[in-house]
Amino acid sequence: MQYKAAETFSRRSEPLAIGGRTLRSRLILGSGGFTSLELLASAVEASGTGLVTVAMRRVDPTARGSLIEVLDGLGVRVLPNTAGCFTARDAVRTAQLAREALQTDWVKLEVIGDAQTLLPDATELLIAAEQLVNDGFVVLPYTTDDPILARRLEDAGCAAVMPLGSPIGSGMGICNPYNIALICERAGVPVVLDAGVGTASDAAFAMELGCAAVLCASAISRAEEPVAMAYAIAAAVTAGHEARGAGRIPRRRLASASSPLEGMPDLG
Amino acid sequence: MIYVNGDEHQDAATVAALLERLGFGEQARGVAVALDGEVVPRSQWRSAQLLPGTRVEVVGAIQGG
Repeated sequence: MQYKAAETFSRRSEPLAIGGRTLRSRLILGSGGFTSLELLASAVEASGTGLVTVAMRRVDPTARGSLIEVLDGLGVRVLPNTAGCFTARDAVRTAQLAREALQTDWVKLEVIGDAQTLLPDATELLIAAEQLVNDGFVVLPYTTDDPILARRLEDAGCAAVMPLGSPIGSGMGICNPYNIALICERAGVPVVLDAGVGTASDAAFAMELGCAAVLCASAISRAEEPVAMAYAIAAAVTAGHEARGAGRIPRRRLASASSPLEGMPDLG
Repeated sequence: MIYVNGDEHQDAATVAALLERLGFGEQARGVAVALDGEVVPRSQWRSAQLLPGTRVEVVGAIQGG
């Protein structure tokens, strides 16, 4: 019997497209938390990602440019975020600044409602999303795991929805897998699990629930070995995506024998 | 007097003149500017006047998210 190469069975040939653009990988990397640009660059390479988030802040003219130069050199696209914004107004202005600075109309929209939990402010988020879509942005909103809000964001014209698994940087994984699955089942745009991933199994779980991609920062950048974790989480995203496509067996409470009971020898 | 990223600075005629004085290159790649909270498109940097008291924000990309 001839065995086929493992790649024959892979679904990796189905690339993810968001806002009309094809992404190289189903893992989006957050650049926050890496202790050096060298480490970030190594993690980008190990992850295989094609899209890396950045934040917008006041710049010192003596230190400008280096992050963008590193990311350009790696051939990845940047996804500016509106982290730190607590109002729709600030988030819209920050997105406009990012568009001017980085020449991209993509934005990871964050409007935070509370400094302790960093949970999204649903009302401000929807207002900002509507304004940015009208202004021509490709909006990827960081949102709660509320299926109704996800639908409202999609209706507003967002190119994806990015529900949290658990609070940013908490590493608690996916606290409400039912809601994430529900969002995935009903969404007409790609669902990206954003925030909460603690380790590789969380990323695989997100993909098994039906997410199109995973966005991950702290789980990689703050791991003991960030580059090794970047590789592990990328592998988990692929594994979860493949498993979702392959179709898992249903859960049952009692065993179901995998060896036949017929033909048992009489050993009495 | 104008305010650049919260600090007092001497007046400058335009956004372009200010960026040049601050040491940004001709293209100031990766940088964006807001005057009193309003984003100024790059195409208007040479024409955008800086009145005394203007709050100028000069921002760029850092690691985050």
